[in-house]
Parts: sequence; structure tokens; C-alpha cells
Amino acid sequence: MEYFLQQLINGVTLGSIYGLIAIGYTMVYGIIGMINFAHGDIFMVGAFIALILIVALGLTAATPLLLLILALGLVLVIAMALSAAWGWTVERVAYRPLRGSFRLAPLITAIGASITLQNYIQISQGARNKPLQPLFSGGFTLAEKTSEQGTFAVQISYMQIMIIVTTTVLMVGFTLLINKTSLGRAQRACEQDRKMASLLGVNVDRTISLTFVMGAGLAAVAGLMFLLYYGVIDFYIGFLAGVKAFTAAVLGGIGSLPGAMLGGLLIGLIETFWSGYFSVEYKDVAAFSILAIVLIFMPEGLLGRPEVEKV
Amino acid sequence: MSEKEPLLKIRGIETHYGKIIALRGVDLDVHEGEIVTMIGANGAGKSTLMMTICGTPQASTGTIQYAGEEITRMPTHEIMRKSISQSPEGRRIFPRMTVLENLQMGAECAGHKDFSGDLKKVFDLFPRLKERQQQRGGTLSGGEQQMLAIARALMSRPRLLLLDEPSLGLAPIIVKQIFEAIAELNRSDGLTVFLVEQNAYHALKLAHRGYVMVNGAITMSGTGKELLAREDVKAAYLEGGRH
Repeated sequence: MEYFLQQLINGVTLGSIYGLIAIGYTMVYGIIGMINFAHGDIFMVGAFIALILIVALGLTAATPLLLLILALGLVLVIAMALSAAWGWTVERVAYRPLRGSFRLAPLITAIGASITLQNYIQISQGARNKPLQPLFSGGFTLAEKTSEQGTFAVQISYMQIMIIVTTTVLMVGFTLLINKTSLGRAQRACEQDRKMASLLGVNVDRTISLTFVMGAGLAAVAGLMFLLYYGVIDFYIGFLAGVKAFTAAVLGGIGSLPGAMLGGLLIGLIETFWSGYFSVEYKDVAAFSILAIVLIFMPEGLLGRPEVEKV
Repeated sequence: MSEKEPLLKIRGIETHYGKIIALRGVDLDVHEGEIVTMIGANGAGKSTLMMTICGTPQASTGTIQYAGEEITRMPTHEIMRKSISQSPEGRRIFPRMTVLENLQMGAECAGHKDFSGDLKKVFDLFPRLKERQQQRGGTLSGGEQQMLAIARALMSRPRLLLLDEPSLGLAPIIVKQIFEAIAELNRSDGLTVFLVEQNAYHALKLAHRGYVMVNGAITMSGTGKELLAREDVKAAYLEGGRH
């Protein structure tokens, strides 16, 4: 039971990070019907920007806690802003000129944008792993069990609390943004009928750009969390994390916002539990197998809507 | 009508879809306070004209002036912010938004000046929509969707309302309701209406003036009464389709 609880905490933490990235995939798919393969790399760029800022500000575990939290808040905001600028640029350069072109064209430029970002970081930052000493240590012990093998403590670290809380706050805020504000309505309108949206005075291009900007901002948050949680990044982390988050978005139902969050959480949990109870080597196989099984029985994903909704 | 400059002035418009020509030199005026209709068969280019006014697609030659300003090359969303609104062909209700949200979308470019007041006005015009406020657009019946499409177009407080086949696929009683609502808006608010219709009898009875479009060009024009009285119009557009 204790072991289960510990895996649950770890899984939710990982799932939060996937969920944040998955939102970017699902929103872009919703609004222009393409998979933004460069999104995982925006996440990676976000992690690098965060790392550079943390090093530049000289933050270490020795920094007083309050100052550290404030500084990380600043890092977060700057990383989000700069990654958002990257997201905007990618859309502007690689996708917008091809709008109205055949469907595969932006898919190819998406892969191109992904490779470009990876190579740019590889060349400018070097190809080696970038480690970061842990900034937070410690946490709460939730339960303890003593047996012949020793003591097993269920712990939730401060880091995990921070990730789960930040993710929850962002997702709630984001859901409200999409459902209640006029920007969110404009986005949903563009998603459902772009031409009609423009007939109502919505600047469709601008709305699409903003969607990329928001997705990239959330990916940067995920990037910072990944960096703090794992303590090591390289130019290639965007690929696997991107594929996982994309999987999460498809599992939850691509185009659906709650679906992306749920999918992220599930992929995180499946991976963690599989690693915890079976083998670490096959965790990705497990995650993708579940995806395949779900898609066989529910082709539109868990919370996706059926393709056809004609009136 | 008057010697005043028309509110909407179209001169020599040609529109192409790729290599296919859809409009061949259309001239048309709509004066402030008028109801003008354009009738014509399926595929004549009526809806294309409607969309060309809104800049999607843009005309390849010719000019469109609205309130004295050239709008031919403007992006659609900017044209639609100039107090023009359209209830388009096929209604194009946002299916996964509620009735209320659809109306909010309509009010978007008006900047919510008096949203609740405008809302009350369209609910007075179409009481059915009030009952259905929280229902998703996709679940409405055809007639309700048409009412919603017109109501949504009214939410931005337009000076010029473009209506594309508001009677299509609706029961005669609903058509009557909708045409009465249009006449009422014109009478009480002085709303200018440009109406495209296949239902020629109703449209010509309602309108002050009418145009007939054949194969992308205007072949006849005159007051509604004049066109209704013409034998060739009767033969082509009114035979058997009186109601």
C-alpha cells in the first residue's frame, strides 16, 4: 500500500508535466488541425532558457528560500515569455505561409522546425548533458512502514508539491480562460468555423498566433519543472517528452482540453506504475500499448468528440 | 431612391475561384434604409457576391465601397468591424457553443457596448432563442438555427445586414416569421438589408428593389413590384413556387 501511494505521487508529478505539454498539442490541433511537431522542442528550449537564467542569477540550494521562490517565479515568467516568442516565430515562419496549402505541407515544415530548434540548441549550448544541482530538498513523510527489510517511507517532496500545485493552478486558470473570456470564445469559434469567425470580426491569424503563444508558454512551465525535477537536460529531451505528450493528447482525445490533462496524467501514471511494479525498460512500451488499445475501442480518445457532428 | 451616395456601392466586380469565373462584372447599389434583394437560381453566384462583399474571396477586379470607403482589398475581419454583418449561407452556427455564446460572438466586434440590452432586443424578436439560451447551437432545429444566425448578425448593431437565403429549408410559417422580423427591423430601426433569396416571391414582396442574377451577371433590376409583375421573372422564378 505504501509503495502504491509513493508510485501514485510520482506518477501524478510526471503526468502533470506531460499534461502541460499536451495542452499545446491539443489546442493547436483543435484550431488548425495540424500536429505541431516542434512543440516538444519548444518545451526543450523553455528548459534551456530556465537553466541559463538560474545559472545567471546564481541560484543554488543555499539561496534563502523566500528569495529562491521569488527568483524562480521571475525565471518562470521570462522563460514563458521567451518560449512564447519562439512559438510565435515558428508559427509565423513555418506554418502561416502554408495555410491553405495541402495538408502534409505544414507537417513537413513542423518536422523541419523541430530539427532546426534541436540543432540550434545543440550548436549554441553544446551537445552534452546540462546538470543542475537540486534547488529544493526535503519534503513531507506521509507514511512509514517498518518491516524486516527496513523502513519504507512514503514521501512527497517540496518539488513535487510545487509541480502539482503549479500545474493545477495553471490548468484551472487556463480552462477558465478558454471557457469564459472573449479570447477563449474567439479561439473556440476559430476551431469550429474559421470563416464564420472572421465574418464576426475575429482576426483569425492573430487568434491562431495566440494559441501557439499560449501553448509555448505552458510548455516552458513544463520545461522549468522538468529541469528542477530531474536536474539534467540536453537538446534532445523535447523529442521523447513531445512524443509522450502527443500520445497523452491523443489518448485523451485530440482537440479536447480536459482530454489533454487527463491523458497526461494517465500516461504519467502508467509509466510510473509499470516501472515500479514491472520493469523500467518497458515503461514506454506499456504507455504506447495502452494508447493502441484505447484507440482501437475509442478511436476519438477518452474525452474526444466523434468526428462527425453534422446537423 | 435618393441622389445620396449609396451605403453600399459595387462596381464591375469579378470574382474567380481559381480559373473559374463566378461573378462577371456586377454593379449594384444599396441605399441607406432600403431592403434590396437579389434573386437567382442555384449556382448563379448570389452567395459568392455576398462573400465577396465581405472580402472572402476578394474580388479580382472592380471596387466595393461601403459608406464612401473602399473596402475591396480589406481583410474580412476589418470589413466586418465596419458595422456590416452577415447571416451566411448554411447559417454557420457554432455547433459546440451555446446559443448565448453564439450571440456573444456576434457582439464581439461591437465591444459589448450594451450587451444585455442588445440581447433583450433579439430575444424579443425571436422568443424561441430565449428558451434555448443554454442549449448548444448544434442541437437546434433548422428554423431555430436560422433565427440564431440572424440574431447573431444583429448583435453587432449593424447598419447593413447581409442575409443569405434565410428561408432555405424552413417551413412556410417560419419563413413568414423571419420575413416579418426583417421588415420590422427595417421599419423601426431603419436597418439596411441586402437579401439573397431563391424564394423569389417572398423576397420581392418584401424588398424595395430587386436584382436578378443569372450565371454571375445581373440581368434585370427594378422595384420589387416591377419585377414581380414581369412575365419573364414569373416564368423563371415564380412558377409553382408561390409559397
